[in-house]
Amino acid sequence: MLPNGTLIGEMIAFAILIWFCVQFIWPHITKAIEERQIKIAEGLSAAERAHAELKSADTKVADEIRKARQQASEIIDKAQQQANGILDKARADAIVEINRLKANAQDDIAAMAQQAREQLRERVGALAVQGASKIVQREVDASTHKALLDQLAAEV
Amino acid sequence: MASESGGLTEYIQHHLQHLVPHASKGGFWAVHLDSIAVSLALGVLFCLWFWLKARKATAGVPGKGQAFVEIILEFVDGQVKDVFHGDRRFLGPLALTVFVWVFLMNAMDLLPVDLLPWITEKFGIGHFRAVPTADTSMTFAMSITVFLLIIVYSFKAKGFNGYMHELFTAPFGKHPLLWLPNFLLNLVELVSKPVSLAMRLFGNMYAGELVFMLIAGLFSAGAGFAGWALYGAGIIGYTVWGIFHILIISIQAFIFMVLTIVYISMAHDHH
Repeated sequence: MLPNGTLIGEMIAFAILIWFCVQFIWPHITKAIEERQIKIAEGLSAAERAHAELKSADTKVADEIRKARQQASEIIDKAQQQANGILDKARADAIVEINRLKANAQDDIAAMAQQAREQLRERVGALAVQGASKIVQREVDASTHKALLDQLAAEV
Repeated sequence: MASESGGLTEYIQHHLQHLVPHASKGGFWAVHLDSIAVSLALGVLFCLWFWLKARKATAGVPGKGQAFVEIILEFVDGQVKDVFHGDRRFLGPLALTVFVWVFLMNAMDLLPVDLLPWITEKFGIGHFRAVPTADTSMTFAMSITVFLLIIVYSFKAKGFNGYMHELFTAPFGKHPLLWLPNFLLNLVELVSKPVSLAMRLFGNMYAGELVFMLIAGLFSAGAGFAGWALYGAGIIGYTVWGIFHILIISIQAFIFMVLTIVYISMAHDHH
């Protein structure tokens, strides 16, 4: 039951085992574990950074979209205003043209009416002379009664 | 009944015989070849296994084998870190070696108690005990090595004068008349560490082995129907004790490791 010479051999074996573990096992595995810890920490922080970047990119995109929409609506507004302006101008131009044409036509009409009146006066004058000459049964000398006739014509 | 119990006694006594060299006539140099062979085989197994994993260890995605080795190592390292606040480059591997080696040697208890003796008998070796930790030589070999490390660490941490001062003046006082009582008490404290370390492990494993043998005795305890009933009871008992023993061997390996760490860190700390 009591320990015997086996003990010394096994103590030596134990010491060799400890030495082997110190030398060849422990450092390698702890190194790998520590490196992996660093890697995992880096990966986590990188993921966090990427997450933050994604978030900022998202807000930027939303911002851009909002801006673009605003710009588009501004452009549409401007275009509508322009179109309205063109229409108004055209309408105004048309009215001016119409008025001008109307004035021209009225002038023409007035001139023609004047002319017709002149002609009518002359015809009335002639008819009056003819009628008068028929009434007095004699030739009325147009030249002698010219002043009379003109006065007559002016009165018609 | 008397002859049966005699048979069982003989069976157990036979199983408790160590394998010793033919030339030795007992005495100190009747070395236990079986303990040495099994412990060395398991020690080499531990070294090769962990060394192969350590050699290929990467910081990248670990294989299952590497992860397993790392789990054990980190567990041990955590235990050391909790207790010992210094450079763990020696104490860590020491604790790992103690834990895995003691566990593997304890685990030999889970092999059928007659298996290795039966195999060695084919080669003409009559006595073979498979569990090195159920041998006081083995447990004392480890605990005395730990004891020497305690001494080394004490000298390293406190210096020769500091350690001697502590041995002779603590815990009672500095008075010269108290030097001897102080030293005797410290001696008892020091010696009790390796003794308790070794005897605890030995006692647990020896008792466990003995219970396995007693249960195994059931397999040949009776004849006829009663014999078969006892055979069945033996199977159940062997299984139940085996499952419970898994707990015991783990706990004993763990305790041996933790106490090793505690003792050495106590030596390392200043009083």
